[in-house]
This record gives sequence, structure tokens and C-alpha cells, in this order.
Amino acid sequence: MGYKKKTVILAIIALLLALLYIFYELSGNIGYILPRRIIKVVAIILTGGAIAFSTTIFMTITNNRILTPSVLGLDSLYLLIQTVIIFVFGSHSLIMMSSQLNYLVSIGAMILFSLLLYRFLFKGEKNNIYFLLLIGMILGTFFGSFTSFMQVLIDPNEFMVAQDRMFASVNNVNTDLVYLSIVLVILVLIYFMRFYKYLDVLALGKDDAINLGVPYDYVVKRLLIVVAILISIATALIGPITFLGLLVVNVAYELMKTYRHLYIILGSMLISIIALLGGQFVVEKIFTFQTTISVIINFIGGVYFIYLLLKENKSW
Amino acid sequence: MVDIKNVFKMYNQKKVIEDVSVKIEKGNITSFIGPNGAGKSTLISMVSRLIAKDDGEITIDGQDILKTKNNELAKKISILKQSNAINLKLTVRELVSFGRFPYSQGKLKKDDYQKIDEAIDYMELRDMQDKYLDELSGGQRQRAHIAMVIAQDTEYILLDEPLNNLDMRHSVQIMKTLRKLVNELGKTIIIVIHDINFASCYSDNIVALKDGKIVKQGRTCDVIDKCVLKDIYDMDIDIKEIDDKRICVYF
Repeated sequence: MGYKKKTVILAIIALLLALLYIFYELSGNIGYILPRRIIKVVAIILTGGAIAFSTTIFMTITNNRILTPSVLGLDSLYLLIQTVIIFVFGSHSLIMMSSQLNYLVSIGAMILFSLLLYRFLFKGEKNNIYFLLLIGMILGTFFGSFTSFMQVLIDPNEFMVAQDRMFASVNNVNTDLVYLSIVLVILVLIYFMRFYKYLDVLALGKDDAINLGVPYDYVVKRLLIVVAILISIATALIGPITFLGLLVVNVAYELMKTYRHLYIILGSMLISIIALLGGQFVVEKIFTFQTTISVIINFIGGVYFIYLLLKENKSW
Repeated sequence: MVDIKNVFKMYNQKKVIEDVSVKIEKGNITSFIGPNGAGKSTLISMVSRLIAKDDGEITIDGQDILKTKNNELAKKISILKQSNAINLKLTVRELVSFGRFPYSQGKLKKDDYQKIDEAIDYMELRDMQDKYLDELSGGQRQRAHIAMVIAQDTEYILLDEPLNNLDMRHSVQIMKTLRKLVNELGKTIIIVIHDINFASCYSDNIVALKDGKIVKQGRTCDVIDKCVLKDIYDMDIDIKEIDDKRICVYF
């Protein structure tokens, strides 16, 4: 089966799951439930797509299929921001209660952090991508430790609120924010289109890309900004869920068996949407909201990650 | 002509290239020889802008490489590095097609397909063009990479130790192909090579480097000389003439 056909099949599965999620046991106050469900599906498609998309680009830039943008430390930064807000203002403050304000603060801080990180690291000639990852990882760990430290100090009730933020969830997603995110994602995609043609060549590695006339540093810096913005949008909208990217992009590579980014990107986005929709369906109907979707994704992802390590171990 | 003028390069505090000036003529094979760590690879990486130089000037046909557009340069000069470990699921033909990127920007046209076919035939890869790279032997993979460079159709071709890990038969095959590229298609080829006998038998000019400096540059017959080689490698090397070729005996 060719990759075009597989893409179509994935698209059909995603569509069916979306319809199932929207119309399953639809009764009662339809005028209220239906729009709620649709907005959740839109949020899932948006975040799932954004995570898969940015992880694919990130793996191509780093030429590494077990790295995800979470090593840039954005997830940890998000948790730190949430914890700092609760620590300083308390969980009943305006900034914690108003999701719009919280969204804007989180997204602004994450994008600002990435830009500063890139700016600092790409100054001068030493623009080694692995150095960037190392610094991102160290800062991520630092943010994580700092978050735990503050969480230990706060009131147990406040801690419950903070802990809630640690897992991604679409259950309380805000409609206005979904619209705002759609606009932001479209703007980022328009910006990205100029660099799309370079992706296949970048996957060959730095030397080959330069040899084939790719303005390497220029393109990579801008692609990293695209990645950071998309991750920030997805994280601020439903919470930290970058682990999903590792899972879906690798499944897409295994399934598509091609190097063409058009199909890898489409495939990984669709798989991501399928995983999130399926996961959310399971969360709502089987676990009746006893757990959040990121717990399920992390569990399946963890199992797959171990499988990947064992398999790669053999082929090396 | 590639003109390297007073080029310097430092890694941390260590000077790897110190005030090197070389002129490389068109339509020739020029070999860079010298002991490990002499700066040969660094030098040709700088010529192909894979790494930045600290000081000096490198021009190709009068154009400064730093002032030329990346894409234009990619139509003029190509490089093949020692390690080409691509971890993608690519067939030979797909790899060769990448050579057309500077012209096609990803959208292959009729003209591009023709060049790809020519490159595949030139390297005699026709019957394995749909095989994946990881199914090939080292020699076949090297040929596939050279085919990609041929498809890129540049006037200047730089190769960093193209004979690495190849047996004699494949080494000879590759060197003969390079010779053919120069004689038939008028390419200019610059290679870094360790085996001085291959350098002696196949190249027109040789540049000898040691500790980041030029020891000697000139026609092959001038460099393959007992005294010069003693200078470069610090060992006594006997030179025998066999069928007009100078063979170094250093065992």
C-alpha cells in the first residue's frame, strides 16, 4: 500500500472518530452539548496537529528520531509559570481564574524564553544545535526543580490546583482561546511555507544540506522559532503534552516508509489527532473523567518508547 | 579557478590552518595529501563553506564564496564528505535526485530526470537504482553518493577521502571515474587522499600540507619526490618508476 493511500485511510479514521466523539450518546440539552463537543474536537485537532507538526520538524533539524521539542524546556517552563502564579498570587487570583489572561501570559513567556535562548545561543558563530539542546535540557531540569520546590512550600489546596495543570486536558478548554489559537497557528503556517521545500534536504544532514545550497543557519533558526511557537500554543491551550509527538512521528515514519515530509507531516498529524480523539473518548466514556488524556498518552507512549529503544538497539 | 588566499582557522586556541594560499587550476585533479591532522579536510570544508574560516579570502572564478548566494554556489561547487551516514529510508535513485535540488528546489522537471538518469548510468547504478541505501555495500553506497554529486552537475567537485573503507578494486574504479569526469566532462576535482600512490597515479597537481601549512604544491612529478615526501611524512620513502608512474615504497 502506498503512502498516499495510507494518508487517505488515516484521514478517514480521524474523521470517523471525530464524528463518533461528537454524536455518541447525544441526548439531553443538545444546544449546549453539541457546541461543547465540537469545540473540544477542534481543540484536539489543533493541538494534536501542532504537536505532531513541530515534532516532525524538530526531528528533521536534529536528525534524531528520539528527540522531541520537550528538550527545549518549554513544558517545564509552562509548569513553572503556573506554579509561580499560584505561589505569588494564589489560586483564586484573576490570572489563575481567567483562562484568557493565563493563556496569554503563558504563551508570551514561552515564546519570549525561546527567542532569548536562541538569540543568546546563536550569537557569534558557534551555532551548534546540540549545544542548544543541552542548554534547553539543563534549563528544563532547573525549571522542573524550581517548580517542585515551590509546590512543596504552597498550601496543599493550592497544590491541588497546581497539580491539575501538570496534565494536559481538553475538558475545560475555553472557546475563545481555541479561536485565537487557530488564528495564531494559521499565521505560523503561512510563515512556515517558505521553508517547506528545505525539509527533505535538511533530513540528509547539515553537510549535505549546505552542499545542496540550503542557507542552513538561516533556515534552522527560523524553523526552531516555528517549533517553539507551535509548542507554546498547544501547551498553553491544553497543557504539557509534547511526549505525544515522539510517539506519533515515529509511528508515522514506520507506517509511511518514506522520507517525504509532506506525507510524514500529514501522517503524523492524523495519527496524533486519532490518538487524542481516541484517548479523549476513552477518558470520557470508560474512565468517566477519572483520569486525563495525558496519563493515557504517556502510558502508551512510554511502552512504545521502550519498544523503540530495544528495536534501535538491535539495528545499530 | 579556486583561489585560496591567506586563510586561517583556529579551533579553540589551536591553529589548524595557518596562512594557507593555494590556487587550484580548472580541468584538473588536485590532491591534498599530508599526515593526519594536517588540516586537509578543514581546508576543503572551508572552500565548500561547510565551516567558516577565521581570516583570509576564498574565491571561485573570482567570486567570494561568502558573498555568493547559497543556491548559486551549490550549482558551481559540490562536496562529498568522508562520513555520509544518512539514516533515512532512501533508495539510490532518490538520493541521486537530491543532487538536483539547487536547480529544482524540490520540484523535479524533465530536464532534472534526464540528469538523474545520466548520473545513474555514469556510475553504473542502473540495476540497483531502486534499492535502499542500507542494503548496499560500502563501495556501492559511495558510488551512489558520487552519482548524487554528478547529478548536481557542478564545475567543481570536492571529495573528502573518497576511498575510505574501499577495497582496491572499488578504489581504482572510483579514481578512474573521477579521471573520466575530468577528461570527458571537463570537471575540476579536488580530493583529500591518504594513499600517496593513488595521488601519484591519478592526479595532475598535488598540494602537500603539514601542521596547517603548505609544504609543497605543484605538478604531481614535483611533489612525489624523495626529499619532499621526507619533509611531509618524516620518513624515508623510496620512489620507483614503473610504466611512467611514480610509485612510493614505504613499507
